[in-house]
Amino acid sequence: MSILVNKKTKVVVQGITGSEGTFHTSQMIAYGTKVVAGVTPGKGGTEYSGKGDFTFKKPVPVFNTMKEAVEAKKPDVSIVFVPPPLAADAILESIEAGIKLIVAITEGIPTKDMIKVYSALKSSGARMIGPNCPGIITPGETKIGIMPGFIHKPGKVGVVSRSGTLTYEAVKQLSDLDIGQSTCIGIGGDPIIGTQFIDVIKLFNEDPDTEAILMIGEIGGNAEETAAEYVKKYVKKPVIGFIAGRTAPPGRRMGHAGAIIAGGKGTAADKIMALKSAGIKVADSPAKIGITVAHALGIKIADKNKAEKKKSTKKSEKS
Amino acid sequence: MKIHEYQAKDLLRKFDVPVLFSKVVFSPEEAGKITYEEFVQRGIETIVIKAQVHAGGRGKGTIHNIFSGEPHILFDKPVRGVNIVSGGNISDAAYQYAKTILGHKLVTIQTGEAGSVVRRLLIEEGVSIAKEFYAGMLLDRQVGKNVIMVSTEGGVEIEKVAAETPEKILKEWIDPAIGFQNYQARRLAFGLGLSGDAFKSFVNFISKLVVAYEALDCSLLEINPLVLTTENKMIALDAKMNFDDNALYRHPEYSELRDESEEDPLEVEASKYDLNYIKLDGNVGCMVNGAGLAMSTMDLIQLSGGQPANFLDVGGGANVERISNAFRIMMSDPNVKAVLINIFGGIVRCDKVADGIVEALKNVEVNVPVIVRLDGTNAAGGIKTLKKSGMKFKVAKTFEEAAKFVTEVVSKN
Repeated sequence: MSILVNKKTKVVVQGITGSEGTFHTSQMIAYGTKVVAGVTPGKGGTEYSGKGDFTFKKPVPVFNTMKEAVEAKKPDVSIVFVPPPLAADAILESIEAGIKLIVAITEGIPTKDMIKVYSALKSSGARMIGPNCPGIITPGETKIGIMPGFIHKPGKVGVVSRSGTLTYEAVKQLSDLDIGQSTCIGIGGDPIIGTQFIDVIKLFNEDPDTEAILMIGEIGGNAEETAAEYVKKYVKKPVIGFIAGRTAPPGRRMGHAGAIIAGGKGTAADKIMALKSAGIKVADSPAKIGITVAHALGIKIADKNKAEKKKSTKKSEKS
Repeated sequence: MKIHEYQAKDLLRKFDVPVLFSKVVFSPEEAGKITYEEFVQRGIETIVIKAQVHAGGRGKGTIHNIFSGEPHILFDKPVRGVNIVSGGNISDAAYQYAKTILGHKLVTIQTGEAGSVVRRLLIEEGVSIAKEFYAGMLLDRQVGKNVIMVSTEGGVEIEKVAAETPEKILKEWIDPAIGFQNYQARRLAFGLGLSGDAFKSFVNFISKLVVAYEALDCSLLEINPLVLTTENKMIALDAKMNFDDNALYRHPEYSELRDESEEDPLEVEASKYDLNYIKLDGNVGCMVNGAGLAMSTMDLIQLSGGQPANFLDVGGGANVERISNAFRIMMSDPNVKAVLINIFGGIVRCDKVADGIVEALKNVEVNVPVIVRLDGTNAAGGIKTLKKSGMKFKVAKTFEEAAKFVTEVVSKN
C-alpha cells in the first residue's frame, strides 16, 4: 500500500523538546505514528509528554544521543526539527547511528553544511528526505512530517513534490475527488536535497499498490527533466505533472532556496516541455491538478457532475 | 545576497587572491582627490573608472542622464560603465568622469531600459593584459558538490560560451571530504594551455579562490575576466560575489555590505518585517502562505487574464501584524488593481488567518477588490468570519473559484 513508511515504522524525533518538535510530535502521535524515542542533548533519561495544548497521548523516552536512542528503541526513521545552525550535525549524527531513513524538516540550512551531509549520505547508504520539506505520509498509517493529516485519504496515487502548501493543495484536490494516495513525499525546496524526484518515482514504479504518480515540480535545477527521462524509459503507470513558477522572473529566489532560474536554465517552460515529451500529463492550471489526475486514471468527473446536475434538474422539474 | 565589485575585491584581498590596487569613491571631488593622492603620486598613469552597480554587462553599458535619458558624452566618446583614462591630467579626467556618472543611470543588457543609478565608483590602476580568461565557482546541484569552472573565453558571457562551445569550459568538482587538490588546479592550468610563470600564478590564484569561496559561504564567485598580465601574473580584473542567504547568520558583518539602494524599495521594506516579497510588473497583488503555492497563485492569476504584481509568501505565522504589513506593502504598488489572498491552512488555522485579515483591513486602506480563498484547517470558520465582517470580500472556496473571480475583476478594469 505504500513506499518507505507504513504503520509499523518506528520513529525517533531529533529536537523533540523544542517548540516545533513538541507541536509536530503531538500531531504525529495523534495521527497514529509510532514515535518511540526523542533526542535532545542534555535531557537524556527523562520522559517527555509535550506541553500545554500539545500534550502527547503517552510519554516518549528522551535520549542524549542518537546512538543511545537507536540501541534502546531500534527506530527505523528519524525526523529532524533541529534549528539550522545545528541541523547538519543532527543529520550526521543520525547517519552515524545507522538510521536508514532521515526526514529533515528544517528550513535554512547553509549549503556548505549540506554539501558535507550529502557526501556522508552517499557513502553511508542512508536515505534522507529534505531538508526544507513537509516530510512523508502514508495516509491512514503513519505521518512523519508536518503536513495536515486530515486532507489525505488512503488510496493508489503516489505524490511527490518540492513544495509544502502546494502539495497540500494538490492532495486536497485529489481527496475531494475521492482519489486516495498511497504515499505522499515532499522532497524539499533546497538546492541540495537527499531524495530526488527520480528516486521517489522509481519506488512508486516498483510499488504494486501505486497505480499512478503525481509529481509537482517548480522552477530551478533540472531534477524534473531527469525524472522525465526516467519516466519515458521505464514507467508504464500514468504519470501526471504540474510545474509551478511559469510567471517567475529569472535570477530571483522565489522563496525556496532552490527555486531560481539561473543563467536562463530551470524555467517552467523547459520543464513542462520535458514532462510532456516524456508522455506525462501536465496540468496547466494549479486549480486543475486533481482533475488532470482523474482524467489520467479514466475517472469521469465531468460526467459525474452532469449526472448530478441531471438529477437536480429532474428534481426541480418535479417540484 | 549580492555585493559590489569593490566589496568583493576587499574580501578577496583578505584571502591573498591577487587583485589590482583600487579605491572606491562617492563624489566627483573625492574621485579627483583620490586619483591624485593614491594613483598619480604613486606614479600610476593609467586608471580605470568602474561604475559600481549589482547588474552585469557594465563594460558595454552606457551612462544616461537621470533626467533626460540622453546618453552622456565625454572627450568625444560615450561614457560607459567602465572607462579607461590614460595620460595627461588623469585626476581632472577622473573628476569629470565621476561628474557624468555619479547620480546618473547605467543602462546595460541586464538592467534593461530603466537602468541602474550609479552611486559609487571604483578607481583601479591600469594593467597591461596579455590574455583574458574566465574563472567561476558555484554549487553543482546535480552532484551536490561545488564546481570550479575555467575557460580561455574570458570577458564574454559564460552562458554564451556554455551554449555555443561547451568544450571550452573546463570543470573540477570539489570533494568535501578531501577538499580541492593541487592536481586539480594543475589539470585546469594545463587545460588552459598555460606554462612557466603563468602556470604557477594560475595554480596559486585558483587555489586561493577556492579557499575564499568556502570560507565566505559564497553561492557564486565569478572572475570575468581573470587576466594574465604581460608580466605573467594572474589577476582578478572583475569580481562578482553572491552569498548563501542561509549562511548569513554566520557572517553578521555582511549586513554592512548590503546596499539597499540596489534593491526595490518595497522589497527592502518587506525584508524589515521578514516577509518574502518580490515586486513584479503586474496588476493583481497576491498574498499566499508557502513558496510553491505562492508561485502557483501567480501562475493562476496569469491564466485568469491578469498579471501578478508580486510574489509574497507570508509563511506560517500569518498573524495580524504580518498581514497588515503585507497589505500595506502590496497597496504601495500603484499598479495593483486587485488582491488575491490564497491561504491553505495546514499548520495555520484559517479562522485565525481570517481574524488577521479582518483586523489588518481596519489598519490599512484598501480600495481595490479583495478576493480571499481559504481552504484546509478550519476553513469554514474563517469564511464565516470574513462574511460576518461586513467588509466587501469576494470569498472563494476553491482555487478554481478564486481563478474565476480574478478573471471577473480583471475584465472589469
